[in-house]
Amino acid sequence: MPRVKVPRKSTNVDMTAMCDVAFLLLSFFILATKQKPPEVVQINTPSSVSTKVAKSDAVLVTLTKDGKVYLSIGDNAHKNDIIDGINRIKSLNLTPDELAKLKKQDFIGEPFSKLKNSLDLATPIPAAEMDGIPTDSTDNELVDWIASVSDAYRGEDISNLNLLVKGDNEAFYSSFKNIKDAFAKNEIYKFKVVTNAEGVPAGSELALNPEANK
Amino acid sequence: MAELDTSSGGSHKKGPGVKKSPKKSTKVDLTPMVDLGFLLITFFVFTTTMSQPTAMQLNEPKPDPHNELEVKQSATMTLLLGKQNKIYYYNGILTDPNSQFKSSDFKDIRQIIVDKKKSTPSVDLMFIIKADKKATYKDAIDILDEMTICAIPPGHYAEVDLNDQEAKLIQQTEEANGIK
Repeated sequence: MPRVKVPRKSTNVDMTAMCDVAFLLLSFFILATKQKPPEVVQINTPSSVSTKVAKSDAVLVTLTKDGKVYLSIGDNAHKNDIIDGINRIKSLNLTPDELAKLKKQDFIGEPFSKLKNSLDLATPIPAAEMDGIPTDSTDNELVDWIASVSDAYRGEDISNLNLLVKGDNEAFYSSFKNIKDAFAKNEIYKFKVVTNAEGVPAGSELALNPEANK
Repeated sequence: MAELDTSSGGSHKKGPGVKKSPKKSTKVDLTPMVDLGFLLITFFVFTTTMSQPTAMQLNEPKPDPHNELEVKQSATMTLLLGKQNKIYYYNGILTDPNSQFKSSDFKDIRQIIVDKKKSTPSVDLMFIIKADKKATYKDAIDILDEMTICAIPPGHYAEVDLNDQEAKLIQQTEEANGIK
């Protein structure tokens, strides 16, 4: 019987197509990811097991490890109202030009007494060198800022106000307490704190019964 | 520099004895390039999902002088946050000799919370969290996270201000243990 000769095929596969796919995906991911904005103020947040994602259109109160407090308004729909509101409430007499400058700032972190002068400077002060919003119990200017924030959201569902606190690990509790007091004076008792995601520890009650979190 | 020897490649005529160079395949092995591509993809995929910050919901108690919450002494544990990530805790009322004022840290506190939870009827269970002025923000968030991890239902723990007596006690304990 004649044997059927099976032709030996090469094991080499053409990798070009696979290479194309890999780099196509790569370029897609690079282009599709939003670049993280450079951190003007360095904050190391604590971690928690919470899985809710922090939204960016929030009113963010930042607390640095030196106890400085900044306000950033990520919600562009209300930014104008909030800043015009504070100008009116505290009669800061900011010119339209200065207001426009203030609205452009990502971080608001000057006491009212220095706000006007700092906006007149030709080169804006970097956020890290600002004095921070005073939050002492005697002179808590954050109360006025938050009052202006809650004014801007008046007449809307309060859940639209996405109030976030982003604090540094090493900040003192007393600074955080001052921020909470500023919220409480404006009758805001619900807010969120920004944390790093962390896995649920194995063997804990939450790990055994994830529904308990709800 | 500028002169190039084009005699062998350029001309069709080849002299006798000149060897024909073998034609090399233009195919390049693309496997390492594919490897690299996928490595970068995995890197980007992981880093983008990991850096997503999360938000922890905090519901502060609304101060209401007409409706103070009453809790059972026996079912209450007070956790005091001090300097250097230390936690002090006691049961019931501080002046009670059975209150067992003890110090602990974040490693051991989970077991203490779980033990308390097991030994107390869940309806009455109450954790009162009080932070000293010099406690860090991280500790204040971590202890609330610990409540979530131990599945203490909301409403069964609360953050309250420290009173003078407790502040003094923390200070004394810290001085005795040399914590600055």
